[in-house]
Amino acid sequence: MEFNSLIDALPALLEGLQVTLKLMVMAVMGGIVIGTMLALFRLSNNRILSLSASVYVGYFRSIPLLLVISWFYFLVPMIIEWMTGKPEPVGPFISSLVAFTMFEAAYYCEILRAGIQSIPKGQVSAAYALGMNYRQTMRLVILPQAFRKMAPLLLQQSIILFQDTALVYAVGLMDFLNTARSRGDITGELPLFLLSAGAVYFVISFTASRVVMHLQKKLAIAQAH
Amino acid sequence: MALLEIDQLAVSYNGNPVVSGLALQLEEGEIGCLLGASGCGKTTVLRAVAGFEPVRGGTIRLAGATVGAPGRSVPPEQRRVGMVFQDYALFPHLDIAANVGFGLGKMNRAGRAERVRAMLALVGLEAMAQRYPHELSGGQQQRAALARALAPSPQLILLDEPFSNLDAELREKLAQDVRAILKAAGTTALLVTHDQHEAFAMADRVGVMHAGQIRQWSTPYDLYHRPMDRFVADFIGEGAWLAAEVNEAGEVTTELGVLNGIRCAEDATTRQLDVLIRPDDLVHDDTSPQKARVLARAFRGAEFLYTLALPSGQRLLSLVASHHNHRVGEEIGIRLETDHLISFSRQ
Repeated sequence: MEFNSLIDALPALLEGLQVTLKLMVMAVMGGIVIGTMLALFRLSNNRILSLSASVYVGYFRSIPLLLVISWFYFLVPMIIEWMTGKPEPVGPFISSLVAFTMFEAAYYCEILRAGIQSIPKGQVSAAYALGMNYRQTMRLVILPQAFRKMAPLLLQQSIILFQDTALVYAVGLMDFLNTARSRGDITGELPLFLLSAGAVYFVISFTASRVVMHLQKKLAIAQAH
Repeated sequence: MALLEIDQLAVSYNGNPVVSGLALQLEEGEIGCLLGASGCGKTTVLRAVAGFEPVRGGTIRLAGATVGAPGRSVPPEQRRVGMVFQDYALFPHLDIAANVGFGLGKMNRAGRAERVRAMLALVGLEAMAQRYPHELSGGQQQRAALARALAPSPQLILLDEPFSNLDAELREKLAQDVRAILKAAGTTALLVTHDQHEAFAMADRVGVMHAGQIRQWSTPYDLYHRPMDRFVADFIGEGAWLAAEVNEAGEVTTELGVLNGIRCAEDATTRQLDVLIRPDDLVHDDTSPQKARVLARAFRGAEFLYTLALPSGQRLLSLVASHHNHRVGEEIGIRLETDHLISFSRQ
């Protein structure tokens, strides 16, 4: 096998890795923000809010991610055209980012909902008795504890998201895996490029899941007190 | 004007009345206590005063302003009522200083730090400011919760079973500590407990609760020595009911002779009475002609609590210094030594 071809392709591969990581980080942040809002809606006393949030979550958890990615690739430009009146090609990165954010939000919502529900009711009463309103109680007392408690699960879900970013292949986005594949095709060294890509995915995911395990242990000790 | 006035309060859970027709008044600076078995509705009253339970009937007034009435409820965060919860409910993600300062959002940074320091000094936890709740002992957590509730200077502070999570030996000492802290802060307080020793150690006024109502609201001394009905007399302290009759001359006669100084809690409509004899009313005296047989005894360190039977089979309790060590079955001399007695018409 020819390792020189791998070295030649390094700048392109790094660019692809950058796309993958950028997509992941932005989708995680957006997904957690929207997921938190969905979780608060689901737990709201307002029937309309809680019902629409649970329909949203139920729907996105019941369809394949690949479908959502392809779907938003066509849908996002259509929505923009409908809103602004002129066609605006947004490209596969933006449409994939929207797709991942919306899709992962449903999963983050369920994790955070469980986290919020696991905080004892007395914490809410205690905050109210100290003069806090609902917003302050959520922001200062409940959500910080829910995030802390659910940090391992949120990270685990983000690792899955990192691996799933490879699905953007379907809309032709040049992420890390797609770049590796295309470079492999060009040089005729496809097996080498795919094996190397696998090693990179493995190192990143494995390191991250070790962090999760360490975090879980640390939290278990803190809760044992 | 009383700081807390509750009038004809009614609260329901899922349509079942839990509290009905409850009334009490607490003066500024006083410590009140609701005492009752679990399920009597005492915690529900506390939660209604805090604003966590809707009021179905009656009114709750704080410093003259109605905060709770049917269809009219001031939200908890606007009542200026502090609460110490049974499990303390300290915020685990914040250190003790941040917990105590939590309710002081309207103050500036310097004012808040000063207030936190003063509150921690009041409860004796200055050294714990940077610790987290799980690093404190149960008693320390409880004092931290008290400091947190007192920090925003609430007009009333509520304590829900404040000592139930602590060791028995700690309880009485902490009850006295907490009372001293509340008195030093000049705060009006209402607590609930099922433990009468706690109630007596903490409170200026105690209400004995049963089935959603207060049976008697008075000082601990009066509850013990002047119970208004049989339930309160049975619930508070120990004692036995001695059968008595009023003769033509108006004297109260019993198996132990004629009793003087009877204070009848009800209008005696019958000539048949039951007289409450507390264990400390019945004295062991070897020279007394009145004998009783020992049925059972409980060693309490300084004293024995003897269960005695008179010749008729009438049972009585007597508290005797523990160097008088008598066996079960033995006959001992007894004498009634009282300055006042409580009686009710026989049921």
